[in-house]
Amino acid sequence: MSAYLPGTLTDLWDLLEEADTAVMAGGTDLLVRRRAGKCAGRICCLERIPELRGVQEEEGVLEIGATTTLTDLLESATVAARLPMLHQAVRQLGSPLVRNQATLGGNMCTASPAGDTLPALYALGAQAVLLSRRTERVLDVAEFIAGPGRTALEPGEILARVRIPLPEPNAVQHFEKVGRRRALAISVASLAAVLRLDGDVVRDIRLAFGSVAPTVLRCAEAEAWLTDRTLTADNLRHAAGLVRSAVLPIDDVRATADYRRQVAGNLLLRLETYRP
Amino acid sequence: MIIRFCINGRDTELDVRGDERAVDILRERLGLTGTKEGCGTGECGACAILVDGRARLSCLTLAAQLDGRDLTTIEGLGSPEAPHPLQQSFAERGAVQCGFCTPGMVVAAADLLARDPHPGREAIREALSGNLCRCTGYSRILDAVHKVDER
Ligand SMILES: Cc1cc2nc3c(=O)[nH]c(=O)nc-3n(C[C@H](O)[C@H](O)[C@H](O)COP(=O)(O)OP(=O)(O)OC[C@H]3O[C@@H](n4cnc5c(N)ncnc54)[C@H](O)[C@@H]3O)c2cc1C
Ligand code: FES
Ligand code: FES
Repeated sequence: MSAYLPGTLTDLWDLLEEADTAVMAGGTDLLVRRRAGKCAGRICCLERIPELRGVQEEEGVLEIGATTTLTDLLESATVAARLPMLHQAVRQLGSPLVRNQATLGGNMCTASPAGDTLPALYALGAQAVLLSRRTERVLDVAEFIAGPGRTALEPGEILARVRIPLPEPNAVQHFEKVGRRRALAISVASLAAVLRLDGDVVRDIRLAFGSVAPTVLRCAEAEAWLTDRTLTADNLRHAAGLVRSAVLPIDDVRATADYRRQVAGNLLLRLETYRP
Repeated sequence: MIIRFCINGRDTELDVRGDERAVDILRERLGLTGTKEGCGTGECGACAILVDGRARLSCLTLAAQLDGRDLTTIEGLGSPEAPHPLQQSFAERGAVQCGFCTPGMVVAAADLLARDPHPGREAIREALSGNLCRCTGYSRILDAVHKVDER
């Protein structure tokens, strides 16, 4: 096998024309899978292509290059100030050593049901910008993630950047992950929520649950029910019931499906703390 | 492919295969066996090295990725004659038992101190959360980093 480190997109497109070529960003998923004997073949590293890295704000939208590392995100003042839920999700992902090399694009392209940046990206209404030699297309993150471990990427195409519309400064952003232990814990269930409050009445609310279905689950039933209602424990309890019937969790080594269903509902109850 | 990099202050050139990892060439080709391989999958931190000043897992890095970079391994941080303050502090405070985790711990701590010269215990715990130790129970390691400036 060979490894390549193109410095420009033009060189990258040439390399991607050869069969059996995988792109690699931080390598924290790809090289682990490779060690397990999967995905042999050529590796094309994206780390030396400057256009794919960095955080930029433009007209209320934050553009994050796909190969921006998770440590870069934690150190970005804009992410900390304007996207606290993403900041929190990243802070709890892996360890500092993993985050120093793991990238946001890598987390999205892995498309794991437990991918820790995904619930926040769904709740924020993020979009994926896909690039190939001849085309650029923009997909909502929910379309980009095609299923567990699957994305909408075509051969010869890469994820170039992520666009996140910045929520208004007074919107509530909430993220909570329940795992087995802190460092390196793969999540058992997580909730990312963005809501706008008018007094204690919910006006807009987006709820995205991680690890409780084959992909991130936006719970439209609970969102609709909470809209224009007060953020009280009773109302949240009712909505939590809707969440528990919407989720499609599995049993695995980390938790049973029943436990995940319970936890998913309980995560919602926490929103009461934002009641003014 | 031929790669060139600076390791522990020395310019080096090496012909590497695409499937060789950074940890392989450090240990097997350059004789720098201070860097350890524990899990090989990113979970233990024993293989951490500094790449352009930031800690990185050498088991999840291809040798080819080192081209043009500035590397520091545990051997480059200090020597038995002139140890790095962290190495001195680990030795003096009993933070080393079998020593397998120590190089990775020291490298991760060096990355932390470069950005935050006086971290609190919680910041140290967080910075070392990707480094596993099977022997010490961590409190002496936290002490060694926390009190690195004290004699
Ligand atoms: C010890 C350890 C702990 C971890 N803990 C967590 C955790 O708590 N939560 C979590 O969510 N994940 C965790 N992970 C998984 C992993 O670190 C993350 O998913 C990370 O964000 C992957 O990013 P990467 O840049 O390393 O991806 P890579 O390994 O480089 O790539 C992953 C996949 O995406 C593809 N790819 C990457 N970038 C692009 C792109 N720009 N365009 C097209 N395809 C691309 C690659 O071909 C590959 O298939 C952990 C991993 C390790 C080793
Ligand atoms: S050997 Fe690299 S993290 Fe364990
Ligand atoms: S001293 Fe033995 S693993 Fe840490």
